[in-house]
Formats: sequence, C-alpha cells, structure tokens
Amino acid sequence: MTFAKLVRASALSIFRNKMRSFLTSLGIIIGVCSVIVMVAVGTGSQAQIKKQISSMGTNLIMVMPPRGPREANRLSMADVEKIRSEASYLSAISGEVRLSGSKVVGGSGYWSTSVYGIEPDFIEIRNWAVQSGEFFTDKDLAARSKVAVLGTTVAAKLFPGEDPMGKSVRIGTTPFTIVGMLSSKGSTGMGNDQDDVVMVPLNTAVNRLMRDRTIESIEMSVVREDLMDEAQAEITAILRESHKLSAGDDDDFDVMNQSEIIKTASQTSQTLTTLLAAIAGVSLMVGGIGIMNIMLVSVTERTREIGIRMSVGARRRDILLQFLSESVILSLLGGSIGILLALGLSWALKTFMSMPTLVSPAVIAASAGFAAAVGIFFGFYPARKAANLYPIDALRYE
Amino acid sequence: MAMIELRRIQRRYVVGDIVVRAIRGLDLDVDTGEFVAIMGPSGSGKSTLMNTLGCLDKPTEGSYVLDGLETSKASPDEFADLRNGKIGFVFQGFNLLSRTSALENVELPLFYDRSGSKIDPKARAKAALEEVGLGDRLDHKPNQLSGGQQQRVAIARAMVKDPAFILADEPTGNLDTEMTMEVMSLFQELNDRGVTIVMVTHEPEVAAYTKRIITMRDGAIVSDASVTDRRRASDDLEDWKKKHAALAVAEAAV
Ligand SMILES: Nc1ncnc2c1ncn2[C@@H]1O[C@H](COP(=O)(O)OP(=O)(O)OP(=O)(O)O)[C@@H](O)[C@H]1O
Ligand SMILES: [Mg+2]
Repeated sequence: MTFAKLVRASALSIFRNKMRSFLTSLGIIIGVCSVIVMVAVGTGSQAQIKKQISSMGTNLIMVMPPRGPREANRLSMADVEKIRSEASYLSAISGEVRLSGSKVVGGSGYWSTSVYGIEPDFIEIRNWAVQSGEFFTDKDLAARSKVAVLGTTVAAKLFPGEDPMGKSVRIGTTPFTIVGMLSSKGSTGMGNDQDDVVMVPLNTAVNRLMRDRTIESIEMSVVREDLMDEAQAEITAILRESHKLSAGDDDDFDVMNQSEIIKTASQTSQTLTTLLAAIAGVSLMVGGIGIMNIMLVSVTERTREIGIRMSVGARRRDILLQFLSESVILSLLGGSIGILLALGLSWALKTFMSMPTLVSPAVIAASAGFAAAVGIFFGFYPARKAANLYPIDALRYE
Repeated sequence: MAMIELRRIQRRYVVGDIVVRAIRGLDLDVDTGEFVAIMGPSGSGKSTLMNTLGCLDKPTEGSYVLDGLETSKASPDEFADLRNGKIGFVFQGFNLLSRTSALENVELPLFYDRSGSKIDPKARAKAALEEVGLGDRLDHKPNQLSGGQQQRVAIARAMVKDPAFILADEPTGNLDTEMTMEVMSLFQELNDRGVTIVMVTHEPEVAAYTKRIITMRDGAIVSDASVTDRRRASDDLEDWKKKHAALAVAEAAV
C-alpha cells in the first residue's frame, strides 16, 4: 500500500463524516488559533515597546537603583551633579523622580496622574516637545520654582475648553503655576497614555513632594553611538566613586544602555506572552484528547470495517497507519484552519482594535508541527487498538 | 499433494468457566479443483472450521497445511498475506464496506497487495464485476444493491486476485431461490476454471451443485461422500425462469 493510497483512503473516510470531522478538529483549530494569536499579540506589543524606547531618544543610558527593596536605593542629586561635571561623553543628563497616582487639583476638579520630577534636559533625551508656553529652565530648578508643565490629557481633564497657561494646580499641598503644555505623544500599544503626565522641576519635587531625598533614575544621552561602552564604563566609575565603593564591592546601582532597557521593559510582556502561549498550548492538548476520544469511538464503530479489511489481507501495520493517518490529517486540517483563522483574527485586532499584533512564520510552523505531533501522539493509541484486533473477533463484532 | 491438509484440528473456546470444544480432532484433505459442501446442524462447528481454513482464526491444536505451507507457525503478517493472496472469503452477511462503491469494495484486496504486481486495480476490479454480471453497477453502494447483487460483489471481491481457493460460509443463506441459483452457477463456473471451493450450506438443494458433501456433528466429520447426480445451477436457473414466466402468463390470463 503506497503513501498516496493511504492518504486518499484516510481523506475519504474523513470527508464521509464531514460534521464529525469538523467537530473533532475544532479543539485543534481553537488551540492553534489561540497559540498564534497570543504570541502575535505578545510579540507585537514587544516590538511596540522596543520602538517606543528607541524613539525615546538615541544613545540613551539610564542609571537605576538595583533590583530589590527601596531602601537599597542610594541614587541622589549629588550623583547627578557629579556625573554632569565629570562625565566626558554626554550631551544631556537628567535626574528623575516619579509619583504615579498623584492627585492633582485645579481647574474643574482633580485628576489622578503621574508627576515627573525632572530636569530641563529630559525633554531632549526623550525627544519630547512643548506645544505652548515654555519648559522650565535650570534657573527654575535652582530656585525650586513651583512651576509645572502639563501633558495634553491632564490639561483636557482639568481645564476642558480652557487655556491652562498661567493657571494654578495643587499637587499634594503645594500649588504650582502652569508654564507650558507638552505636545501629544499618544498612547503606547499597551494602552498607557503617555500624555497623562505632569512635569515639575526635579529639585522642587524632591524637596516638596518626596519623603526622602533619593531619586529614582538618571537618564543621559551619549554624544555618539560608538561611545556608548566608554560612557557606560565612565558613569559606572563615577558612581562607584560617588558612593565610596571599594574595589571588592558590588555596584549599588544599574547602568543600562538602550538595548538593556528594552530587554528589561519587555520582560514583563515576554513573561505574559509565554504564559498565554502556554495556556493556549494546553487547549491544543485538550484538542488532541478530543481527537483521541473520537478516534477511539471510530475504532469501535468501524470494528467490522477493520475485520473486513483484515479478511482481505490488511496487515496490522496497514490498519495502524490508516487510523494514524486519519488522526494526523484531522489535526493537520484543524491546524491549517486554525492558522487561517489566526491570521484573520490578528489582522482584525490590528485593524479594528489597533493592537500591535505581529504574526511570525516561525510560530505558524511551530504550531503546525505541534498539531501534527498531537495527531500522532493522540492517534497512536486508538490506531494500535484497531490494529491489534483479532480478525475473526472484528468480523463478528455487532 | 492436497491443497488443504487438516490434521487433528481442535478449537476450544473458553467462556468463563466453560470450555466449548467447537472442533474436536478433525482430519480433512481437500484436493485442487474440488468443490466441497459442508453441512451439519447448527453449532456443529462449520463456521469455526471455515474460519480456520480462511486463516481468520488459529486452531488451538493440530496442523493446517495450506498449499504446502504449515500455517500453525505463521506470524500475523504471514496470515494476512495468505488471506490476501491465496484465499477468497465469501460471508453469509456479505461483509461489504458500506458507503463504498461496488468497484472500491472489489478493489480492496488489490489495495493490500504486496506481491508488487503491476496490474491496474481499477481495470481488474471492473473485469471481476463484469464477470459476475454487475458491469453496470460499478458505482452503486451496497445499500443500492439487492442481496443477490451484494453477494455477487462479494464473490467478485473474493476472486479479484485469482485465489487458488474460495471459502464461502453460507453464501446463499440470505438469498432467495433465484439469487441462490445465480450465485451457485457463478461458483460452478469458477470451479470449472480450476478454483477450489469449500462452502457451508444448510440446504441439500444447494449442496447438490457441489462435488463432495461433508457432514459435521459436534465438531467432527460424520460423513464424507461424493455427489453422484450433480446439477448445473445455470440449467436450473433457466428452467426456473421459464417456469416463472409461464406462471406469470397463466396468472395474467386468470
Ligand atoms: N467466539 C466464540 N466464543 C465461544 N464459543 C464459540 C465462539 N464461536 C463459536 N462458538 C461455539 O462453537 C460451537 C460451533 O460454532 P460454529 O459457529 O462453528 O457453528 P456452526 O456449525 O457454524 O453453526 P451455524 O450453522 O448455526 O452457523 C458452538 O457451540 C458455538 O457456541
Ligand atoms: Mg456458522
């Protein structure tokens, strides 16, 4: 019996029971489809994060506290000053503190938003721009001026239909005068609104809004891309000196370049993608069990057919291969439909829900392979059961 | 040398605590070209014997030499090849694949052919169906055929690989008189061409078309005799048709 004949015979028997075959493959269809879509959403948002961080500015270096308890943070304004005066490859530098979920009161009511305490260089490092008014200056910083620059979302919430310039908002107990409005950056792919922000001078934030005097990060731009490594090494050395670390001590801070930042930032979404893909993979397994179930029913139902085939000379292997190829074809069919469905679905997500989906050929190939493997794995037991029937028992089966 | 040699064949079935001795030490020789009818009361072991001869079942004890090959040592695969190449089996219940055309049913043994012969399965199956008079029913499914036609499809399937020997377990058991004669004339034609046939039947009229009648009782052979006044099924069929036509005419006249 040739391979072509085998496939033809199996395909015939599958098409003879169209509805049942479809229902059997449904598990695989859903499994394959969800694996591909989950991974597409995951990789899409990762690509988005990457794009965003790249668009933050070129040649970015960031210093952050080491992972662990907040108390381990030793970054301070003094560190920023020391780097500013000693580092030789930087074009811009800004310390940064963040107060997320801060209540900002003013205009028509209040709004909960993120308050950034930063330095004027920040908008250069992050490729940001002011659409009206002005960004605060080094003078404001030195004077600890109570001035604020609003993102468009905050402006729209607190001052709908008004010009917020020159008006005042209260953050905590401190009143700030609005001196500028940021241009809109839109939302990230993950649904974070980048314009939902208020920026105030770093010194003012540290002195008036924060409980301790540490800062959360230092962001810098390096003058040329090929100097990134040198810059990173130099900053590390400066900070070690500033923190008075001796030769054997570990760094009590993290210096990261752009690609490291991307890696850190996409880690959560990567974990999530893996988790979702694993869950979808489980549904693929369940689909496989569905195939096994139907194949077992099919073997019982077709016991006489098996007997007839054996009586005219089918070997055990012929019967085994027949049932095995049926389950493999079923799962491959399901896989193919699942792939088409996934392509359609991720297109729809991208087009109608503006989710950044990215379907990779590797994932398609992997899930098709997995579907075939499921077919073989879950088809084998029923197929062997069929092949091991004793001819006369199979013929007599009622 | 005999085509079939059975020596001290026993077949026991164990059902719970009870041991059923379906065949109890049976000896039988069948030569090439013979046409044997096996008769006997229900439960006497006829089907069990046929299944043994057809390599569908293995005897519990004894030796079965088919065409010079000792089958008791054969593996399942060798058994399958014997069924495919040497034996054609016709069942009382036809045992055709449902929802499968007559042509595809007849092709089935060629589908499992391992001799590597180059014959075109379609053409060969078509020829076999034409031989049994079903050349115009190739694409009919079993449920679109009469019992006699279904049995003829089964016979076409049994002979499609030109087996040396055809086994039939009550092939006419589900058929009326006319169909029975049709099937028997087919068997006689095959036998005339040298095919060895062993068949089980309950009806003496059917056994009268064979050359040798073996009677079984309680798993053993109790009589074995040649048929003296052998009948031709094709002649009987013609007579029957004539009589039937006359009867129809008479009925119409009344
Ligand atoms: N699979 C089986 N398990 C147990 N006992 C069996 C089995 N098959 C047959 N038998 C027993 O073996 C004996 C012979 O059965 P067999 O079918 O050969 O009879 P038979 O001569 O063909 O009868 P019939 O004319 O009714 O077809 C019977 O007593 C039957 O009950
Ligand atoms: Mg019987």
